[in-house]
Amino acid sequence: MRLCVFLSLLLIVHSSEQLASYADMMPPPEKVVSGYEFLTVESKSLQDDEFANPGMLWVDRGFELYSKEVFGNQSCSSCHGNDGEKLIGIAETYPKIDSQSGELINIEERINLCRSRFLAQSHLPYEDDDLLALTAYVTSKSRGQTITRDWDEELEDHVRAGRIYFYNRRGQMNLSCSQCHNDYWGKSMRGETVSQGHSNGFPTYRFEWQHLGSLHRRFRDCDLGVRAEPHEGGSLIYKQLELYLRLRSEGLTIESPSIRR
Amino acid sequence: MINTRVSVPANANKGEVIELKALIRHPMESGHRRGPRGEAIPRDIIVKFECEYNNNKVLSVDVHPGVSANPLITFYTIATKSGYINFKWTDQHGQVWTDQAKIAVS
Repeated sequence: MRLCVFLSLLLIVHSSEQLASYADMMPPPEKVVSGYEFLTVESKSLQDDEFANPGMLWVDRGFELYSKEVFGNQSCSSCHGNDGEKLIGIAETYPKIDSQSGELINIEERINLCRSRFLAQSHLPYEDDDLLALTAYVTSKSRGQTITRDWDEELEDHVRAGRIYFYNRRGQMNLSCSQCHNDYWGKSMRGETVSQGHSNGFPTYRFEWQHLGSLHRRFRDCDLGVRAEPHEGGSLIYKQLELYLRLRSEGLTIESPSIRR
Repeated sequence: MINTRVSVPANANKGEVIELKALIRHPMESGHRRGPRGEAIPRDIIVKFECEYNNNKVLSVDVHPGVSANPLITFYTIATKSGYINFKWTDQHGQVWTDQAKIAVS
């Protein structure tokens, strides 16, 4: 029996080391369900209401910042179109490798890089209100688009690292992301229904926060929930996890700014 | 950063019941919560919301600490004639935010 357990553990370790292709890293072949499906009827209608959705307050603010001339007569809209028309469909392509620095970046970092490279603006800290607003605006331009990606060879190591983070147990509770979001989704945990843990709604307006928040803030909450040491927002491991989750949520539509509990 | 959103139909028939919506970004801190070190977080709320249609008051709301952050207020009025609908939020310190929308009644 013990030998059996040991061997199967070996096999698990072995298989996580030997992920040959992206197909191997895809989610378990179950139905992919968005967090939207776990909301009450009232919350669903709030998310669908383009006016009343409180996340739209940040989108409005983001558009204001987007159009504001900050460097001579340059603004974000000088490159990306007055109404952000060149931003449509880009949300699903992040995180990706920045060709200049060769590092993995997400939308928040792309905004900061654009600000420093082209607009001579300061670096906005993670979870800063203006950064959230700009991220919400950029992501909202892809609202309704289906997540499909052509995977780049150069991303493979990052996807693997994200996947390992997803499957590794951690914290005082000794739980992995996968145990809740792959094994027990749809079941109840205290008053809540456990979702599949997809990232298609982020940045999202969470009732618990009463505020718009980034995906990395959600990761920190989850890590704290299992009593593990959370990482900083914008850290490499969270970006890798973000990348893995994008891959995992293939087929869902981008809902940001969404409503979540 | 506080910003507002209002929703008013652009066109309406005379006598028609119209739906108005007003949303404001505000923390609505109740004053009953405590921070991570046990310190009391001071109250910071909107206390009044008013709506005027061509300078006639159609709604006045007293807001209390039980209201959640970023309050959304939905209400109805009757379209009488073309003009402006003004929305006004006042917080406990007397600071005021306003928003305006135009309506054409035929």
